[in-house]
Amino acid sequence: MAFTTFIFYVLAVVLVFSALRVVTARNPVHAVLFLVLAFFNAGGIWLLLSAEFLAVTLVMVYVGAVMVLFLFVVMMLDIDFARLREGFWKYLPVGAFVGLLLAVEMGLVLGGKYFGLAAMPAPAPTAADFSNTREIGRVLYTEYAWPFELASLVLLVAMIAAVSLTLRKRRTDKWVRPETQVAVRHEARIELVKMAAEKEVEPEPEAAADDAAKA
Amino acid sequence: MDAFRDWLLSENVLGAAFGLVVWDLLKIIVLLVPLLVCVAYMTYAERKIIGFMQVRLGPNRTGPLGLLQPIADAFKLMFKEVVIPSGANKGLYVLGPILALGPSLAAWAVVPVADGWVVSNANAGLLFLLAITSIEVYGVIIAGWATNSKYAFLGAMRASAQMISYEVALGFALICVLMVSQSLNLTDIVMSQNTGRFHDMGLGFLSWNWLPLLPLFVVYFISGVAETNRAPFDVVEGESEIVAGHMVEYSGMAFALFFLAEYANMILVSALTSLLFLGGWLSPVGFLPDGFHWMALKTAFFLFMFLWIRATFPRFRYDQIMRLGWKVFVPITLVWVIVVAVWMMSPLSIWK
Repeated sequence: MAFTTFIFYVLAVVLVFSALRVVTARNPVHAVLFLVLAFFNAGGIWLLLSAEFLAVTLVMVYVGAVMVLFLFVVMMLDIDFARLREGFWKYLPVGAFVGLLLAVEMGLVLGGKYFGLAAMPAPAPTAADFSNTREIGRVLYTEYAWPFELASLVLLVAMIAAVSLTLRKRRTDKWVRPETQVAVRHEARIELVKMAAEKEVEPEPEAAADDAAKA
Repeated sequence: MDAFRDWLLSENVLGAAFGLVVWDLLKIIVLLVPLLVCVAYMTYAERKIIGFMQVRLGPNRTGPLGLLQPIADAFKLMFKEVVIPSGANKGLYVLGPILALGPSLAAWAVVPVADGWVVSNANAGLLFLLAITSIEVYGVIIAGWATNSKYAFLGAMRASAQMISYEVALGFALICVLMVSQSLNLTDIVMSQNTGRFHDMGLGFLSWNWLPLLPLFVVYFISGVAETNRAPFDVVEGESEIVAGHMVEYSGMAFALFFLAEYANMILVSALTSLLFLGGWLSPVGFLPDGFHWMALKTAFFLFMFLWIRATFPRFRYDQIMRLGWKVFVPITLVWVIVVAVWMMSPLSIWK
């Protein structure tokens, strides 16, 4: 067994295990962390296929950003485990149907005549200085420039929609303009007054008389 | 060195596959041991330098000039009990500090410290760095959540928001660097700064990336400070507001791991700034030889900047941090990406 095969099986076993734990873990935070592990191992398998750009992007985008936000939301949930588990039998048919569909689709891909290992020969070995990133960039900005631009436009629309959906202007917000804050000079805020440190006080005659009486 | 490698990999010693593993392990040890010593003495330097800036003495009791202080601290932390709060999620509570330190050491795999002195001279080194530094935040989040305490949780939330925000600006700054150097390999990025008109005149330091990419250089370093959660961006553990953030319940070695991670990250950011913008191990002038000492000098300068900034500026308010990241740094870097792209395509390009 070649060393790469060994690594592949390690990654694959951890990937399948963590993917299973994503759906079986009781605690949603654990499920998200297992999903992170699954992404990480998928990235490792892509690295074995010498798709280093995709592997690193997977880790960077999904593990580094998307899953952090996921975790962020899940951590703040107030989870009622009893309520979470009720309705299991109600949702089981739907879940089983989706699962079955996935299994059939995977079977089609893996066992089909057009997708099998025989139909997809291993890519030709590349030179040591072959840059995956450069190749993807070249193809993305020449051959697939229009689809790429279109996808970015769709994402931009989604982004603006998300912002406008969540942006609420509240009357109660107290808001200070940063530029006015920066422009503040101490002369406007504080007035320095020069005065003598001690002041001569004339003792009042009545008080003096009282003191004399007490004495 | 190559002879030793060939001897190790030869059939009658270890064989090619196993020999390579041992060789890589040796390289990792040779890199990490000095790094951890640097981390330990960084804490000493911090206390001494800030002490000097505040007209105090700093540590001066343990050993001559207090030089044994980091070792005494390490011993103390090692023998203290790691207290696990009863409400904590035990597994994740222990995992948090490990996840904080792991990535900050793993990132060093692709960082060259001199020409050819690198554990893995990977083609996609810069991408690897971006990916690895983006998972550093997990240690903080997991620790904050697993502790099951309000302060720790607030710290974790602040940390994740802050680190994700500043990663955007960091990423854009790196995009410009890789545009002008046409490579993702850190050694190539340094070598691409070793050419140009000023370099031919013997004034290499004017050919480095910091001059044409000056705004990005500044943005990169400040974002680096924010990314490592150092003062003035240390609201994550702001002791005046939320005691110590995600590490409030940690003690002993578990706390020390967070500490190590923070200092290893500081050294990483300093090393990267000097590699990407200040020509790494290249000599600033033609008549002096290149070498590791320049890299060490530049990294030490940025580390000093970290301490200098900490001793100088008051802590940012949280909304000001977000404003700086999203409304100042991201637009600056975005505009500069376009400026550099147009500059490179124009006849005035200096990177041909």
